[in-house]
Amino acid sequence: MQALYAQLLVGLINGSFYALLSLGLAVIFGMLNIINFAHGALYMMGAFVAYFLLSLGGINYWWALLLAPVIVGIFGMILERTMLQWLTGLDHLYGLLLTFGIALIVQGVFQNYFGSSGLPYAIPDQLKGGLNLGFMFLPVYRAWVVIFSLVVCIATWFLIEKTRLGAYLRAATENPTLVRAFGINVPRMITLTYGLGVGLAALAGVLSAPINQVRPLMGADLIIVVFAVVVIGGMGSIMGSIITGFALGVIEGLTKYFYPEASNTVVFVLMVLVLLVKPTGLTGRAA
Amino acid sequence: MTALTDDTLPVTPRAMRDEMVVFVVMALLLASVPFTGVYPFFVMQALCFALLACAFNLLIGYGGLLSFGHAMFLGTAGYCSAHALKVWALPPELGIPVGIAAAFVLSLITGYISIRRQGIYFSMITLALSQLLYFIYLQAPFTHGEDGIQGIPQGRMFGVFDLSKPTVLYYVVLVGFLAGFLLIYRIINSPFGEVLKAIRENEPRAISLGYRTDQYKFLAFVLSGTLAGFAGALKVFVAQNASLTDVHWSMSGEVVLMTLVGGLGTIFGPVVGAFAIIAMQQYLASFGQWVTVIQGSIFVICVLTFRRGVIGEIAHYFRRSL
Repeated sequence: MQALYAQLLVGLINGSFYALLSLGLAVIFGMLNIINFAHGALYMMGAFVAYFLLSLGGINYWWALLLAPVIVGIFGMILERTMLQWLTGLDHLYGLLLTFGIALIVQGVFQNYFGSSGLPYAIPDQLKGGLNLGFMFLPVYRAWVVIFSLVVCIATWFLIEKTRLGAYLRAATENPTLVRAFGINVPRMITLTYGLGVGLAALAGVLSAPINQVRPLMGADLIIVVFAVVVIGGMGSIMGSIITGFALGVIEGLTKYFYPEASNTVVFVLMVLVLLVKPTGLTGRAA
Repeated sequence: MTALTDDTLPVTPRAMRDEMVVFVVMALLLASVPFTGVYPFFVMQALCFALLACAFNLLIGYGGLLSFGHAMFLGTAGYCSAHALKVWALPPELGIPVGIAAAFVLSLITGYISIRRQGIYFSMITLALSQLLYFIYLQAPFTHGEDGIQGIPQGRMFGVFDLSKPTVLYYVVLVGFLAGFLLIYRIINSPFGEVLKAIRENEPRAISLGYRTDQYKFLAFVLSGTLAGFAGALKVFVAQNASLTDVHWSMSGEVVLMTLVGGLGTIFGPVVGAFAIIAMQQYLASFGQWVTVIQGSIFVICVLTFRRGVIGEIAHYFRRSL
C-alpha cells in the first residue's frame, strides 16, 4: 500500500505541473490564438533561472519562486512584442511553427552549455523532512508543491473569471475590436497575458527543480504530454484545464503502480479514447 | 481559414508543361550524380527525406492539415522493413512493401483518430500519437529499444540488382523517389487534388457544394502517411539501420522545417528544402547542439519573413506554380 500512496503523490505532483502548464496554454490560446510550443522550454528556463539565482546570486528558493516567473515572464513579453505579434491574422499553424522554432533555439542554447545531464537544486531548509501519516511517509516538499500549485491555479481562475481585469480579458478574447473601441489597450493586454501564461510555466519549473533536477530537455517531452492533456480537456474552460491536469496526473500515478509499462503512454491512450467517444474533448467547444 | 499559399493560379497546359520541364531537368541532374564525384550517400539520404517532405506537403500544402507526427510513418515503415529483411530474410522487393503496408495500416488508424479535430488540435493529436508510438517502440522487443535494428542486409533486388553496390543502390533509390514524386504530382493534379485545394481554401463552401470533406481529408492523410512510409522503407537500405531517431518528435519537426524552407504547397519546394536541411546538417555536424539552434532560427526567420519558402518566392516572382 505504501507504494500505491507514493505513486499517487507522484501523480498529484505531475498533475500540478500539467495543470499549471495547460492553464497557461489555455490562457495564451484564448488571447493570442497561438498554441505556445515554447511552453516546455520556458518551463525549463524557470528552473534554470532558479538555479542561477541560487548558485550565482545566493538568492534562495522563496525569492526564486517570485523572481523566476517575473524574469521569464518578461522574456516572454519580449518574444511577444518582437515576434508573435506579427502573426495576428495569419493561419494558426504559423504560431505553432514559430514557437516550435523558439523552443528549439532556447533548448539548443541550454544544451550547449549544460549538456543533457541534470543539475541538482536543493530542497529549501524549511521544507525538508517529512511527516509520518501512519499509512505513508509524506515528504513535506512534495506536499507543498501540490498545495501551492492548487492555490496558484485557483487564484488564476479567480483572476480570470471573477475580477474586472479578467472580464476585460474574456471580452477581448471574444471580440478584440469592440473592446478596443471602449478604450482598452488590447495589444498591451495580449502582451501581459502571454507574460502571465509564460510566468505560470516558469513557476512550475521552479517548483519542479528540487524534484526532477534542472535539465535543458526537462520541458521537451513534458510539453507533448501537456498537449495531450489539452486535447482531452479542451481549451475552452479554465477550471476544465485545472481539473483535467490534476486528474490525468493521478491516473498516470495509478498506472505506475498497477501497470508500470504503460505509465509513459497512458495519457496518450486516454486521449485516443476521448477522441473516439467525444471528439470535442471533455469540456471543449468545437474547434 | 486564411490560405497558406496565395498562388492559386489555374492549372493551364502551359503551367503543366513548365512543371514537367523542371521535373525532367531535376531527374537528369539527379541521374548524373554518380558521375560528378558528389558523395552518393548524402544524395540518397536527401532523396529519402525529399520524398518524406513531399508526402508531408501533400497533407499540409494541399489539405491544409499540419501533421506534427510524420516521423511515425517514417519510423514504423523503417522498423517493419528492417525486421522483414533481417529476421524474415525477405528480398528487398518484398521488404519494401512490408514497410509500406505497415505505414498504410498505421495511417488508417491514426487518420481515423486525428481527422476528428481541426486546425491546431489536429497538429497536437498527431504529435501525441507519434509520441505514443515512440514509447511503444522504445519498449517493444522487436525494435531492440535504444540500439535499434542494425546491420540490415541490403540484398539483391529481384535477384539481379546488388544493393550493396553504392551506384546500384543510388539508382534504385532515385527510381523510388521519382516514382513517389510523380505519384504525388498526379494526385495533386487529379480531380481529387482539386477538391482538396477547394477544402483548404474554404471548407464550409466545399461542404455546401456537397463534398464530404472529412472523407477527402482522411484519404489525403492515408496517402500522405503511406508515401511517407515508402520513404522510410527506402531509407533502411541507405542507412542500414532503423532506430528511435526516426520516430522522435524532432524528426517530425525536421520534416516540417524542410517543407517550410522549400515552400508549403509548392511541388518542388520540399525537394529543395530537404536537400538544403540535410546539407546543412552535414556541414554543421561538428557544431553539436548549435545545429538545433540554427534549425530553430530558420523556423523563426521563415515564419516571420519568408513564409512562401524558396520555391514559393521564385514561383511568386514569375507568377507560376512550381
